[in-house]
Amino acid sequence: MEIPYTVAERPDTGLYNGKLGIWLFLASEVMLFGGLFSSYILLRTGDPNWFKPELSVPMATLNTMVLITSSVTMVMSWASLRLQDFKKFRLFSGATFLLASAFMVIKAFEYNTELSHHLYPSANNFMATYFTMTGLHGLHVLGGMVVIAYLWGPGSKMWKTEPERFTNRVEITGLYWHFVDLVWIFLFPALYLL
Amino acid sequence: MSTVSEHPEEGFIRKYVFSIDHKVIGLQYGLTALLFLLFGFCLMLLMRWQLAFPGQPIPVIGGWLGTANAPGGVMLPEFYNQLGAMHGTIMVFLGVVPLVVGAFGNYFVPLQIGAPDMAFPKLNMMSYWVYFVGGVIMFVSFFLPGGAANSGWTSYPPLSNIATMGQTAWLLGMVFLITSSLLGSINIITTIIQLRAEGLTYMRMPFFIWSQLVTSFLLLLAFPPLEAAGILQLMDRLAGTSFFMPSGLVVSGQVLEAAGGGSPLLWQHLFWFLAHPEVYVLILPAMGIVAEVIANNTRKPLWGYKAMVYATVWLGFMSFIVWAHHMFLTGMGTVMSAFFQTTTMIISIPSVVILTALLISLWGGSIRFNTPMLFALAFLPMFGIGGLTGLPLGLAPSDIHLHDTYYVIGHFHYVVAPGTIFAIFAGIYFWFPKITGRRMSETLGKVHVWGSFIFMNGVFGPMFLQGLAGVSRRLYDGGAQYSHAQGVVQFNQFMSYSAFLLFIAQLPFIFNFFWSMRRGEKVGNNPWQATTLDWAATSSPPLGHGNFAEIPVVYRGPYEYSVPGYEEDFLPQHVATPAPQEG
Repeated sequence: MEIPYTVAERPDTGLYNGKLGIWLFLASEVMLFGGLFSSYILLRTGDPNWFKPELSVPMATLNTMVLITSSVTMVMSWASLRLQDFKKFRLFSGATFLLASAFMVIKAFEYNTELSHHLYPSANNFMATYFTMTGLHGLHVLGGMVVIAYLWGPGSKMWKTEPERFTNRVEITGLYWHFVDLVWIFLFPALYLL
Repeated sequence: MSTVSEHPEEGFIRKYVFSIDHKVIGLQYGLTALLFLLFGFCLMLLMRWQLAFPGQPIPVIGGWLGTANAPGGVMLPEFYNQLGAMHGTIMVFLGVVPLVVGAFGNYFVPLQIGAPDMAFPKLNMMSYWVYFVGGVIMFVSFFLPGGAANSGWTSYPPLSNIATMGQTAWLLGMVFLITSSLLGSINIITTIIQLRAEGLTYMRMPFFIWSQLVTSFLLLLAFPPLEAAGILQLMDRLAGTSFFMPSGLVVSGQVLEAAGGGSPLLWQHLFWFLAHPEVYVLILPAMGIVAEVIANNTRKPLWGYKAMVYATVWLGFMSFIVWAHHMFLTGMGTVMSAFFQTTTMIISIPSVVILTALLISLWGGSIRFNTPMLFALAFLPMFGIGGLTGLPLGLAPSDIHLHDTYYVIGHFHYVVAPGTIFAIFAGIYFWFPKITGRRMSETLGKVHVWGSFIFMNGVFGPMFLQGLAGVSRRLYDGGAQYSHAQGVVQFNQFMSYSAFLLFIAQLPFIFNFFWSMRRGEKVGNNPWQATTLDWAATSSPPLGHGNFAEIPVVYRGPYEYSVPGYEEDFLPQHVATPAPQEG
């Protein structure tokens, strides 16, 4: 017996199962990062000797641009599928993957600079917060890249057999990807600018 | 039946090990969690020996514990601390939650809402195996150098930051358990919202389903902050950060080398932000099970079903803003204390609404006193005692005296042990015929009920007296060396004997469980004459993949018992036009 509403929407909720699932998952992610942001606020306001070393704002600004662009290409890849254009989907989702890789490479350069200045996580609580939060965010980017790569490569076979279900998968990945992007939008001012 | 036979026969591994059928996964959860429950219980028995007979060698098994833990069979304080921390962790995170949500939720949510399976079967399989890995990590941590985690189940820093390697294992294990809970809760919420059968509106859902829905939201939203806290403590322990390390901490006469500037209180906030909703994760599904059993065995509808539903939702919401009543003694300030004691008093109202509704449901019913019903009835006063003794802890002035004493231990054990665990037993006896097609022995069941009821009270009742006298909860010798404890320290032996007898009282259950699987009285599909879909619309045991021969349609509320004008005293939810009675 088939599980209902894996692809089609349930009329009274207007959702297919996966979409509700990802929204619930993102709600829990909000609580995870919310806990970390709250900790950051509490530690920072509670420590009279708070010290914040200089971080590279230009590199982080560049990374913000890269990640926002990747969100745009992510939407374009989903929209291409809705327009039945599989080639364009390949193009845009490939671009999303490359932009995500670029983000990780830039981040790696940043980490390298900081570590070479002996700014380790143990240096002070700002660096500890910085490495923990950007590190966890980086893991989320990495996780997204794995899924995007899968849907670009082997996972895209589903387009031939169940195009609607495949489009849904790309949509869900997109929702997650926008969330990862959004977390960075909060991290950037909180860690670099303030 | 044709829909079932379409599926090709699955291999052993797919069918029983990496199964994606919610019933198999539910049973996997149930059996694993029951084993952990027994294991956690045994840890407690060792502690109870030490409390009753401090410094005396543990008989028989004392020699097996190793010289690092118990040289000559006499327990070391360090080992006692491990037992304390791991008893709490195992009972809560590996025993009770996986039982009420993983086992009962997985098995019966799809059946009660008329769904062929959970919404995400593969995710379901994954959540069990992630839980299993978390459990293995916790269990193996006993064999690490320095043993398992020993900073209490709350793992307060800075003590936990500088504790032995077992604490790192604890944190890793917790990350797995939290991940498993998240996956499970996403699955349960999606299943309930998306896969309800036609006609099963929200207000026609059995109360058990409502309790699972609210519980899953608590798991979903309260667990991540603890995951955040776990990550921060892992960083403190592994990367040398100072999230929870204050400046200038002195350990064994030496200033610790750490950047400092962190806040030990931050951990407590993050921990209790989870751990208070967790209390309701433990109790709400238990109330759900008890509600099903009571409605079925009083043969009348639940009194105040709607009020119970609203109270549950209100309880779930409020549980997020009461956490700091665990922290009145931390010096967080009177304004904070006033806020949190107010919210704590407010949250007691919905609990009382639910308990009162269950109690009034008994009024005027022709009650069937079978084993599940006896456990459900025992739940009511036990949870009542647990709840009411919580009020003095929720008020800051009285909490100052009672904080961290045996009174607290007594209070929350009344909620969780004779409360939730009785409900779990009620659920096992109640649903056993659905799972196996056979009924458990009533005689052995009644021995189990009365033994458990008497000895549970023997263990936990005197704790209130000890706590009021001011005996601290973490004493290795049970208070023998404190003059203020001398008046109540003699209760320790009585409590420990009760605990050992409580263990013996579980033996009939264990025997009954396995014996009834093969030899129990065979029963039909609906032996309790129940109305909900799990009983009325499925066979016992339910069909393989798909659960139902065809998906039922729901026509009425969940508890239409003893409706006037009908011959039968129950109207199943899925029967369209019940045969009307003449006259």
